[in-house]
Amino acid sequence: MALPNTSSFSPAGPEEILRPVKPWFIVLTLVLALVANLVPLDGMALALRPDFLALVLLYWCIQEPRFVGVGVAWTMGLAMDVGDATLLGQHALAYAVLAYAAEYFRRRVLRFPLWQQAAQVAVLLVLTALIVLLVRFVGGAAMPRWTYAAPPLVGALLWPLVSVLLQWPQRPSRSAATR
Amino acid sequence: MHHLPAEPPAFFNRGPSPLARLAFFGLLSIGLLVADARFGYLEGIRHVAAIVLAPLQRAARIPGEALAAVGTFFASQRALATENDELRRRLLTQGPAAQGYVAAQAESARLRALLDVRSRYENAATAVRVLYAGRDPFSQKLFVDRGADSKLAPGEAVIDADGVVGQVTRVLPTMAEVTLITDKDHAVPVKVERSGVRSVLFGVGAGRPPELRFMPPQADIQVGDVLVTSGLDGTYPAGLAVAKVTALERDTGQMFARIQAVPLAGVDRSEHLLVLARSAALPPRPEPADDDPAVRKSGKGRGKR
Repeated sequence: MALPNTSSFSPAGPEEILRPVKPWFIVLTLVLALVANLVPLDGMALALRPDFLALVLLYWCIQEPRFVGVGVAWTMGLAMDVGDATLLGQHALAYAVLAYAAEYFRRRVLRFPLWQQAAQVAVLLVLTALIVLLVRFVGGAAMPRWTYAAPPLVGALLWPLVSVLLQWPQRPSRSAATR
Repeated sequence: MHHLPAEPPAFFNRGPSPLARLAFFGLLSIGLLVADARFGYLEGIRHVAAIVLAPLQRAARIPGEALAAVGTFFASQRALATENDELRRRLLTQGPAAQGYVAAQAESARLRALLDVRSRYENAATAVRVLYAGRDPFSQKLFVDRGADSKLAPGEAVIDADGVVGQVTRVLPTMAEVTLITDKDHAVPVKVERSGVRSVLFGVGAGRPPELRFMPPQADIQVGDVLVTSGLDGTYPAGLAVAKVTALERDTGQMFARIQAVPLAGVDRSEHLLVLARSAALPPRPEPADDDPAVRKSGKGRGKR
């Protein structure tokens, strides 16, 4: 794919018109995020690992609500539950709520610059984690350690990077700009 | 706005509104949760979904395995030689015990035959390797590299060189899930090796040692006692080392003593484990009566989750 016409690693400015997104790209990023979530890790890395799938789902729900909505998020949550060998439905519920919240707040989130978007994303990711926690509490699990709060915050820190990366293919190419 | 809006105005029909979708999927999720948690009806669906997800999980393991292979290739000569020496020494010290074991077993079989006691069958064992630890922070599980293809079955005991590690809880086509003894929902029937007092060791979750519950304060147990399996539940064979008592509080005002025991096996650290097949000599479980309240409450017997 042609390189975007920008020298700095930053989101598109208001004067740029983006190309339409390709559906196969959305599917590819969702599958890659699911695989990244399934990578086996140990110890501290496991405690701090952000939920990549939630992050990518949140991005697409905000940017392309026509393609990715509550249904897609629910299905990916179910896939996460099977992959993680947890109760079927806990991540599904959490991601469905996440997708609804993303759709509800999408215009507000898009108005802010990237780092302030990250703060709002942190709130949404913490909400996701809280829903999973609540479901497990009702099922009778013990209180997890304090490191349970870390993955949403790490995910929010990664939001600017994910935002720019996933928007990269939509930026107009250099060849189009020189015409 | 920095790109043309992607959604049409609201008066076009785009199917159910997001709130309706959320309500539908939310209710569906709660239904799935209840079905999975209380009744365990969804094992079939989970099995099929696990088969579909298996290529992705295999792909997810590739980076870790590549790194481990590179690390093993570059392991220093000195580290390998030291490890080799240590293993040889351990083998040598265990030699006399192993040689005497065969003779002792033969003699005990003869004695049992003389006393007309039903003989114990040898348990077949499968050596497995740990693939990765479970990611769920609420339960302690491991995933090992053999599954239904090696005839593993749920409920089989898993041990390592130093003691009991846990129990197989779910068997997938090429992997199996092992619940550790530190898991909150797990209990091992044990007895104190020194005094023979029998009790049950309950796991309490990550980072904390399991505890012996419901022991009276005057029971004959001390700090440093080794706990071994008593074999009473039919899951764990008798005589396997489980844990060592590290903390003991006998407050005579309380009804039970508070006893903590640290597992002897490298529960979440071991890499090579042994899965013991069930002994064939156990009598079948008696059928519970239909008006037994325990049967009514727990639905189908499904063991540990």
